[in-house]
Amino acid sequence: MRAENRMGYQTVIYKNRPQIVASACAVGPREGKGPLGEQFDLVANDADFGQESYEQAEAALLREACRICLSKAGRGEKSIEAMLGGDLLNQIMASSLAARSLKVPFLGLYGACSTMAESLLVGGMLCDGGYASPVLCTAGSHYATAERQYRFPLEYACQRTPAAQWTVTGAGAVILALPDASEKKAQACLARGCMGRVVDMGISDANNMGAAMAPAAAATLCAYFDDTKDDPKQFDRIITGDLGMVGSELLLEWTEKLGHPLPREKMMDCGLTIFDPGQDSHAGGSGCGCAASVLCAHILPKLASGEWRRVLFMATGALLSPTTSQQGETIPGIAHAVVIEGVQG
Amino acid sequence: MQNSSSKKHFVAQYKQLVQAITPKSKVGQGCLRAFWVGGSICVLGQVLIDMSMYFWRFTMTQGATFASITLVGVTALLTGIGVFDVIGKYAGAGTVVPITGFANAMVSPAMEFRPEGWVLGTGARLFTIAGPVLVYGISSSVLVGLIYYFLML
Repeated sequence: MRAENRMGYQTVIYKNRPQIVASACAVGPREGKGPLGEQFDLVANDADFGQESYEQAEAALLREACRICLSKAGRGEKSIEAMLGGDLLNQIMASSLAARSLKVPFLGLYGACSTMAESLLVGGMLCDGGYASPVLCTAGSHYATAERQYRFPLEYACQRTPAAQWTVTGAGAVILALPDASEKKAQACLARGCMGRVVDMGISDANNMGAAMAPAAAATLCAYFDDTKDDPKQFDRIITGDLGMVGSELLLEWTEKLGHPLPREKMMDCGLTIFDPGQDSHAGGSGCGCAASVLCAHILPKLASGEWRRVLFMATGALLSPTTSQQGETIPGIAHAVVIEGVQG
Repeated sequence: MQNSSSKKHFVAQYKQLVQAITPKSKVGQGCLRAFWVGGSICVLGQVLIDMSMYFWRFTMTQGATFASITLVGVTALLTGIGVFDVIGKYAGAGTVVPITGFANAMVSPAMEFRPEGWVLGTGARLFTIAGPVLVYGISSSVLVGLIYYFLML
């Protein structure tokens, strides 16, 4: 039993291949003006989404993404047996508020910007093991709430460094379910997952998250390729969450040094996909909502259409808190990965 | 021992790579922008002082107070309507160093933390940015004042 579910030290196998039956995302106005603008299910007119505070707006975006996802799957809230998700707020409050209104069994996760991959990874296990199906996997973030928590007030006049990244205002939701004859055609399915280890290479600059997260991304990729003996060329894309310009370059260099060179033409970073360079986002987008919304708006549709057949989706997180940062602690990074395959034929 | 030194070497190698790849801020451009915007704000202050002395017969001290109040007021207004952070993004230290920077550092947290209420939000968080400047600014001026006092005895 155990041998069928695991491979090597960090990799898990979803032998029942949980299917992604529906996905949806809701984003803010800035993301809506980006290159993926047309592909999002919902673009808010204002960053406050008609709410009294940005925290409420973040919760509302998550709630809307879940609602749209449920209606796409043609399911009611009551059919969901577990919801997994998280965000960047203290006490993952936006997710808790969204779960409060959905009234479904809820497991909160925190993996910083890696949360979307983490929720798919764990949700896939719950589903595959028969503990819950369907499972709702979510993640979201908001520029304004992240700024106030980690940096300065919005109207404070300061300059950002070139390596700084822009937190995406957005939320994504994915419904996983065991294959079922009565089910509508699925978008894709989960084949494998790789649980990341926390890696810290002594980076303490909170304005260079890409550099803090790249070693964790390299470690997870190397672990996956060591565990499975897969070849990176077998994937249509190896997708990272929000390494940005600096982190993506570091990942290529560092994996090569660790003996697992990656094909540059197959790499894709959600943080570099969601914004145009002209949108003044410096090194690219970041946040839980970055990987989550690009997954739902861009990656899953390409798998559903058959344009891509197999991708490795890996979201990376910088596990820093303002308190430990001020105390001089370095930034621990983490990266979780899932292998998502198309379901043709 | 061998292991820990090779690990240190590994980390050092990574830090070198980070330094090589991370783009640097444009120092020259930043200095130029800070100089012309900051300089213009100071010229504006001087114009306000001279104007008030010429038209309203203010003394030098009154004129300086008038200029400070006006600059702080204008900055607060520009911060409130969401323009000042755009100027600050362009000018950097050019807007931070003059009194405009102080006004912005007070008004922006006041707005930011308004949803948490007048007392625990705006009231408690008003000095989050300007607080340290006040603490160390006032402390060092007291210290300098004491030194001056004893030297002049």
